[in-house]
Amino acid sequence: MTEYQAFEHDVLVIGAGGAGLRAAIAASTAGAKVGLVCKSLLGKAHTVMAEGGVAAALANVDDRDNWKVHFADTVRGGQYVNNWRMAQLHAKEAPDRVRELEAWGALFDRTPDGRILQRNFGGHKYPRLAHVGDRTGLEMIRTLQDHSIHQGIDVHMECTILQLLTDGGRVSGAVGYDRERGRFRLFRAKAVVLATGGIGRAYSITSNSWEYTGDGQALAYHAGAALQDMEFVQFHPTGMIWPPSVRGILVTEGVRGEGGVLLNRLGKRFMFDDIPENYRSQTADSEEEGWRYTQGDKNARRPPELLTRDHVARCILREVREGRGSPHGGVFLDISWIGKRMPDARKHIIKKLPSMYHQFKQLADIDITTTPMEVGPTTHYIMGGIRVDGDTQSSTLLGLFAAGECAAGLHGANRLGGNSLSDLLVFGKRAGDFAAAFAQDHRLGEVDLAEVDDAIRYALAPFERGASADGGGPYQVQQELQTMMQTLVGIVRTEPEMKRALTGIDRLKERARQVGVAGNREYNPGWHTGLDLANLLTVSEAITRAAIERRESRGGHFREDYPEKDPAGATFNIVIRKGEDAQMQLSREPIPEMPAELKRIVQEQR
Amino acid sequence: MTSPGSVTTETMQPDLAETGAVDEQRLPKAKPELEGRATFRVWRGGRESGKLVDYTTSISPGMVVLDAIHQIQAEQANDLAVRWNCKAGKCGSCSAEVNGSPKLMCMTRLSELPLDKPVTVEPMRAFPPIKDLVTDVSWNFQVKQRIKPFKARAPDAPDGTWRMAQSDVDRVQEFRKCIECFLCQDVCHVLRDHHLHEEFIGPRFLVHVAALEMHPLDVEDRVEELRRAHGIAYCNITKCCTKVCPEHITITDNAIIPLKERVVDEFFDPVGKLVKIFSRGARD
Repeated sequence: MTEYQAFEHDVLVIGAGGAGLRAAIAASTAGAKVGLVCKSLLGKAHTVMAEGGVAAALANVDDRDNWKVHFADTVRGGQYVNNWRMAQLHAKEAPDRVRELEAWGALFDRTPDGRILQRNFGGHKYPRLAHVGDRTGLEMIRTLQDHSIHQGIDVHMECTILQLLTDGGRVSGAVGYDRERGRFRLFRAKAVVLATGGIGRAYSITSNSWEYTGDGQALAYHAGAALQDMEFVQFHPTGMIWPPSVRGILVTEGVRGEGGVLLNRLGKRFMFDDIPENYRSQTADSEEEGWRYTQGDKNARRPPELLTRDHVARCILREVREGRGSPHGGVFLDISWIGKRMPDARKHIIKKLPSMYHQFKQLADIDITTTPMEVGPTTHYIMGGIRVDGDTQSSTLLGLFAAGECAAGLHGANRLGGNSLSDLLVFGKRAGDFAAAFAQDHRLGEVDLAEVDDAIRYALAPFERGASADGGGPYQVQQELQTMMQTLVGIVRTEPEMKRALTGIDRLKERARQVGVAGNREYNPGWHTGLDLANLLTVSEAITRAAIERRESRGGHFREDYPEKDPAGATFNIVIRKGEDAQMQLSREPIPEMPAELKRIVQEQR
Repeated sequence: MTSPGSVTTETMQPDLAETGAVDEQRLPKAKPELEGRATFRVWRGGRESGKLVDYTTSISPGMVVLDAIHQIQAEQANDLAVRWNCKAGKCGSCSAEVNGSPKLMCMTRLSELPLDKPVTVEPMRAFPPIKDLVTDVSWNFQVKQRIKPFKARAPDAPDGTWRMAQSDVDRVQEFRKCIECFLCQDVCHVLRDHHLHEEFIGPRFLVHVAALEMHPLDVEDRVEELRRAHGIAYCNITKCCTKVCPEHITITDNAIIPLKERVVDEFFDPVGKLVKIFSRGARD
């Protein structure tokens, strides 16, 4: 038997980005003894990368805004497969969650009368994103981090969870290891909150860091909880594409919110060419009107660059495929042109988009105040994830909660920019509150020590196999999976290609089981990468199977063999559970009828 | 692919031609392309000992030091330990000493370095080594916990919100840009050479205290701690920290010196202190 350290918490929060931190703060405020596990150092999670802002109908800039408009924008953007209850709670509670951050020390940019300033963003009818230049995520994670460290929360930094433990249909804890020394840890907990973020590392072009290997989704699935909407992956339209080493790094939508335009090689603003029917009445007719919108004219409608991300990404792909792309296979994003419209544009751009300015200057030798950027789609976010109850964020496994990107429902088939930061505040708090309440009503579940031993034995197996010399190392398997998912289950999908991907995933699963690693257990990234492969393969399979099952195009999911939206597609979610035979079982679960009051809101906001 | 320069203005709408997005003059200009191979002399070792090991790897345009380290890790040394996350200078994880200079590896272009000799990559030397490029930075997290947290004044408006001018916010936003890469701590000689970790919190946390003290809403008083527990007097303004800050925070001039002035006003200016006491009394 291998040794491990044992810890006991009322609530164990796995993941310390915005959602995990907010959940930990909520649970600890409610009196629970909280453990917080993070894969990296505290404050380095992906929330730090969020740029544009946090969406909340504060109505500080446009007093026509309110929760109803935000709700309608969210479900329209999500193409009506959202969990409407989550969309309702989110729109109603986001303003309080943002104001709460201010009370904890966050400093958002201000309106002239000293209130929180809000900016335009794709799919939001009114200027709604509270922001700090283009480093809103840093401001948020630092505020949450600095608040949390005085709450008596036990933080387990650089610790990765291998497996959740269950006791007769409820969660009872988790097994993991610390990255620094490779020692194992057993966590017993009355309730567990998963807040592990996304799956971006399943793709080769991504804005996500090494951490985003679908851990929460895979942990929940293997413990018996259901996943949903896994076919809906968001490809952000504007990632950097040149030079090669920066490919995938995000270029904030805030560039377009501040007046940036998308141009093809011919200098044409191609976004005017294809405006979806359900957005036509909200979209500017002319460039002039679009410009006025970005400058705060309340009578103007938004420019087509600010249509939803799924649509903009597909339009960019169309330009490239039809030979009108930029030299390195993207399109141009130009903010420098606003110099024609305002004095002191250079200063304005640097003030509003400081990190974009530095990012391009330092990594691509481009001054965005004088030169257009080259951009193309990058894997950014997964709308799907762990199936949860809208109010409590409880998964289908008793005692297991999920919040933030790893949970499904709020965003439906496509997420609006800015809705993820508000998501993690609203539902991080709810998950923490309800997990603490659950912990109060339940004792610790039993832990099966044989199960713990098995998990540890599995984790140590790669050392016994030793380093493989034939290109069969962990990095090679990961890269092959990424390339395959990018090519076969990317922005444009067809059934034959996705079936090939399934075969490929089976083959890679076999290879992942054979992966060996060199060195010892002390801070060994080769070993860590090898262990993360199982999660990556689980979520890749879930994405592919769900994408084959949805025979229509909707939001982030585009099928070349079924290019139209099927009205019947708005009536169900695709749900995935682990079957008795350990295979993935897919089912179409009907979406509950939206209450008349909410339907009316959707109608009124058309 | 057709070169952008071949575009004729006839194909553009008049208004678009004005934006000039495809004007060749304004197109991204690549630096002379890097090609071939380069050698990286990387620190390998554990807590007790280690040595520099040479790895030669292929290089490509736009590459940064972190790319090279990743390539070496994937192809030659799977267990090479390195921290990183965002790869865009926003998370502050990949701090190291490149050719002896404290840098974020993700923002250090190979084109800035002489490649005719090996590029040395070492961990931050002011912190205890763990393995290879990874160091034990846990002290920083403990220090932050000792600093009195933010405490807001009563809300300005009946709805529980505050009013702040952008100009007041700007000053503090500079400090809040900090990505906690700890490069400033790494170069601070009070920490690096004199190891006064018990007495001195270092530039990162003086910036943190400045962000709190100058926060328009904060009402906590940290001046006493600055002098006693935080050891602000140890800083003798050599500005090494400011020079290495990847976020270009003017650490010494904008954060540390104003804090030093507050300490002086409070403790070493008896006349000023009397005036303060009386004016406070008058207000009460």
